[in-house]
Amino acid sequence: MTSRREAIVKLFKTVTLAGSGGLLWANAAKGAISAPFALRPPGALHTDDFIKACIKCGQCVSVCPYDTLKLGTPGDDKAIGTPFFIPREIPCYMCTDYPCTEICPSGALDLKEITETPEKPNINNAQMGLAVIHKETCIAFWGIQCDACYRACPLMGTAITLKMEKSEVTGKHASLKPIVNSDICTGCGMCEHACIVDKAAIFILPRDKATGEVSNHYIKGWDKSDEERIKNQFGSEGEENTKSTLDYLNEDKEFSD
Amino acid sequence: MKLHRRDFIKTTAVVAAATAAGITIPYACKEKADTMDGNWKWDKATCRFCGTGCGIMIATKNDKIVAVKGDPLAPVNRGLNCVKGYFNAKIMYGKDRLKKPLLRVDNEGNFSKKGDFKSVSWERAFDEIEGQIKKTMKELGPTGIALFGSGQHTIMEGYAASKLMKGGFRSHNLDPNARHCMASAVAGFIQTFGIDEPAGNYDDIEITDTIVTWGANMAEMHPILWSRATDNKLSNPDRVQVVNLSTYTNRTSDIADIEIIFKPNTDLAIWNYIAHEIVFNQPDAINWDFVTKYTEFTAGVVDTGYGMRKPDHEKFTDKEKETVKKEVAKVLSDEEGTTLAYMGYKAGDTLEMKNRGSAGKHWRITYNDFKKALAPYTLDFVAKVSKGDNDELLEDYKAKLKQLADLYIEKNRKVTSFWTMGFNQHTRGTWVNEQAYMVHLLLGKQSQPGNGAFSLTGQPSACGTAREVGTFAHRLPADMVVANPKHREITEDFWKIPRGTINPKVGSHYTKIHRDIEDKKIKFAWISVNNPFQNTANANHWIKAAREMDSFIVCSEAYPGISAKVSDLILPSAMIYEKWGAYGNAERRTQHWKQQVTPVGDAMPDIWQFVEIAKRFKLSEVWGKQVIPGLDAGLPDVLEDAKKMGYSSDDTLYDVLFANEEAKSYAWPDPVGKDTINTEAEGDKRNVVGSDGKVFEGYGFFMQKYLWEDYRKFGLGTAHDLAEFDRYHEVRGLKWPVVDGQETQWRFNSKYDVYAEKAGVGDFAFYGKALKNILQGDLTKPNKDLGKIKLKNKAKIFFRPFMESPEIPDKEYPVWLCTGRVLEHWHSGTMTMRVPELYRAVPEALCYIHPADAIKYGFVDGDLVWIESRRGKIKVHIETRGRNRVPKGLIFVPWFDEKVFINKLTLDMTCPISKETDFKKCAVKLYKV
Repeated sequence: MTSRREAIVKLFKTVTLAGSGGLLWANAAKGAISAPFALRPPGALHTDDFIKACIKCGQCVSVCPYDTLKLGTPGDDKAIGTPFFIPREIPCYMCTDYPCTEICPSGALDLKEITETPEKPNINNAQMGLAVIHKETCIAFWGIQCDACYRACPLMGTAITLKMEKSEVTGKHASLKPIVNSDICTGCGMCEHACIVDKAAIFILPRDKATGEVSNHYIKGWDKSDEERIKNQFGSEGEENTKSTLDYLNEDKEFSD
Repeated sequence: MKLHRRDFIKTTAVVAAATAAGITIPYACKEKADTMDGNWKWDKATCRFCGTGCGIMIATKNDKIVAVKGDPLAPVNRGLNCVKGYFNAKIMYGKDRLKKPLLRVDNEGNFSKKGDFKSVSWERAFDEIEGQIKKTMKELGPTGIALFGSGQHTIMEGYAASKLMKGGFRSHNLDPNARHCMASAVAGFIQTFGIDEPAGNYDDIEITDTIVTWGANMAEMHPILWSRATDNKLSNPDRVQVVNLSTYTNRTSDIADIEIIFKPNTDLAIWNYIAHEIVFNQPDAINWDFVTKYTEFTAGVVDTGYGMRKPDHEKFTDKEKETVKKEVAKVLSDEEGTTLAYMGYKAGDTLEMKNRGSAGKHWRITYNDFKKALAPYTLDFVAKVSKGDNDELLEDYKAKLKQLADLYIEKNRKVTSFWTMGFNQHTRGTWVNEQAYMVHLLLGKQSQPGNGAFSLTGQPSACGTAREVGTFAHRLPADMVVANPKHREITEDFWKIPRGTINPKVGSHYTKIHRDIEDKKIKFAWISVNNPFQNTANANHWIKAAREMDSFIVCSEAYPGISAKVSDLILPSAMIYEKWGAYGNAERRTQHWKQQVTPVGDAMPDIWQFVEIAKRFKLSEVWGKQVIPGLDAGLPDVLEDAKKMGYSSDDTLYDVLFANEEAKSYAWPDPVGKDTINTEAEGDKRNVVGSDGKVFEGYGFFMQKYLWEDYRKFGLGTAHDLAEFDRYHEVRGLKWPVVDGQETQWRFNSKYDVYAEKAGVGDFAFYGKALKNILQGDLTKPNKDLGKIKLKNKAKIFFRPFMESPEIPDKEYPVWLCTGRVLEHWHSGTMTMRVPELYRAVPEALCYIHPADAIKYGFVDGDLVWIESRRGKIKVHIETRGRNRVPKGLIFVPWFDEKVFINKLTLDMTCPISKETDFKKCAVKLYKV
């Protein structure tokens, strides 16, 4: 297994260094600039920074004890030579000693990314992606007592919780519906791997693809902690633009016909 | 009329709405729903898996099961299922399904113990079985043969097996895997109430105010019941309280208001604390009306050993002997010095195990004696003895114990206690069952809606088949027992076999069958619908014995598992929906289904296999005088009596037991089986070449219906009444006793149970008849001078003390090992590990360990490590996160995965009364690979 990976690594090095032309290179170049759906190892910098920083050495892939990590190959749209994983095939098992992050020589995988000061690095801080549930194909939402994803979750009870609701179908059972808490979910993909429907109803997307963003002008009145959002807000509303205001006021075009 | 898509939606909605409101659906509407899917056929059945007994609907098309759905009319689940039930349609079609008989043969095609498996004909298979049974019987007599039965046998299969083994072969070496799961519950019921199985039913889950789970991870093991418990909690979150007692945190703690993590085996002490709190501190809580009228106080012997073999056994290693020596004598610990003080013992004394053979001995005591025995179980003492998590503060733990006691005691609070394997798989399993009744009976909170101690069953027909049919080494149908001459006569009369045919000597229980194979006392064993070589503790012994001794092991199987692998002959067997059958669940609900599809390959139903071997035995070969070890007179020759009954010595067991005149009166075809296949009755389209080398064309009569009706006679009028065969095909199961067509909701309660009402002694009558004539005495022993007392219509309130498990962690083996199951897999995984989706979800068994322990041993999550006990070692990956969170010093490893063969490590110690193995505790060490 290792030797196979080494061979691939070698290939990429040759490709990127020697810059062999033609189709292969074209794909590699394309991959390098766009890999929006790739899931990266724990501690990876944010998308563009990661691709810039990764020197495609493949060491993270070699130390992964589960063969979770793969290297992007020409044509798979993952940025050639960079590490990624496909949770439905092999999820990240969230090694508590994070060998992939630790070994990275370039800082593309950075222990700081999984460290919440003043603590030590902790794999539970990883943000590889975010689990998303498609309710219509999740049989727990149908009322089946499944929650295989919940039990597979290494952070069971926090990253995935069960929402218990009275079943409208029977009137005497409860549905136990999995809910992902995006603050906690690391995107390891154990849930996606375990999902028992044909095409997983819970799956990992890169965090920026799976999250929205709200502006800071409105704070939840029912949630004291939400005020944190404005406290962390820095910068101003932008420079005052008195010129345009005056220009507007002084402009009398609207009044003339 | 053809239904259009919109109509279908409407019909479905009506069905759902009607069921939710508990309304019976108009027949026409139901009929439409059943037949609307073109050439698909929908029919009702039960889920294959656990003891919950959910109803399902099965869709077949072109003789194949194509889909299932939850049965909206099934009262248990009302159309829902758990994730195993969701995959019922897929369990029969694994790629490695066994399709031909396979025999170990040498190059010449003769049987050879060391040979490889080769495909053989059914005729060759039966020739070999016949020859091997006859050879064994000649050498060892009838008790040289054994049958590993099952809590997953259909009721009719269990009954056929019982008739064949007990009535035909005169051997009681028939014992089910249910011995491993329910025997302690049975012994608890029989000793307390004189009759088996729960008083309550699943409606208790909704009615009760308090759900207390003791050693029952309901959330994973009974998910549909758990969803009902959750619903009750959601409906009234302030009133409804949930308490989870376990030796580790599991998913059942999710909705628990109180979680109590106790040290293994100390549940015995906790129950006594609750009783102590009642008797000493809140005596007004005792329901004296109830206690005086309907109960008596009792106590029993404690020097009973732990169900192990004696330490001088030649097969024990020195390491094993370190534990096994306690079987004959144990030095009492400090705690036992306190809890056995009432017997005159103190810490450091040696308890000689003089009552190993009479562990069930008990006698009536006075309330004052009962109170005296409870004296040591103060909150301080019990908290110290039982606290299972070193990281928890003693004061916090004490507060929780007190809250638990108060919930039980609170006037007008309904309490239902549930338990499964945590209680039953216990070296004092019978005791701890009895302690649950002790508290419920003291408070008068038993046999009422929402109030009662409720033993949940693990297997789909542990109740229906193993217990009710009595496929145990000591039992006969309808709670009768082998040791009772009157019960043997009743059975012989129903079976129309001569008086004296049935062996009076109790046979070997499940674990003892293994031991007997190792001890050369059993040389022929037949495995049916279970996996004894994976599911039995201390497996190295039994596997070695099976492969190396001069024995012959037959395995009726659907998939190649460990038991098939160690056997000598494998018989491909029809699976659940490939045959007519019935299961009985944990709330006494009996549910039937029809054969849905033709079996695959040459697989044949277990009933057929039993009946075909019966054809190979003439009465003269089995009913002459027989030698029985330990029974000086042996078994009498009953052939003369048989002749008087009109039988000839040349008649076969088939003629007498399975194809007699009465059997043939159940004609096939039968209206109940209209448009339904019946392999046993008429053969099937495959034209399987049968046991005589000819195409099997069926018995020509309705074998399954005959077996049902023949069996049913045992229960009528004995409070085990079942309904007629056809009735079960019209309804979604019925809870026995079924009297005048009505099922029984709460037993022993005169308002609901006609047998209790008939007893005429008041609101309740614990009318079970077993063990109701007992001696009287003080706490230490019975006093024969006081004479016996009859406890007609009364239940017993037992005092049972706390004692340690015989193997507790020490310096060399410092960690507790607890085994169990996971939701995704059923038992040994032979079915569910072949469902790709379930395999993917949980592909292997993991060792759950506390993160601090992992650090202590230098492990990181996911490491492959060795776990070793005095009996064996295996490699396993560790997990510090996830569904089970164990305290320091304890690990949990599930047993479903044959690659992580945890039963090589477990100890074959049993409850000495019930003979059920304790799979929940032994001592192990862990180290790096």
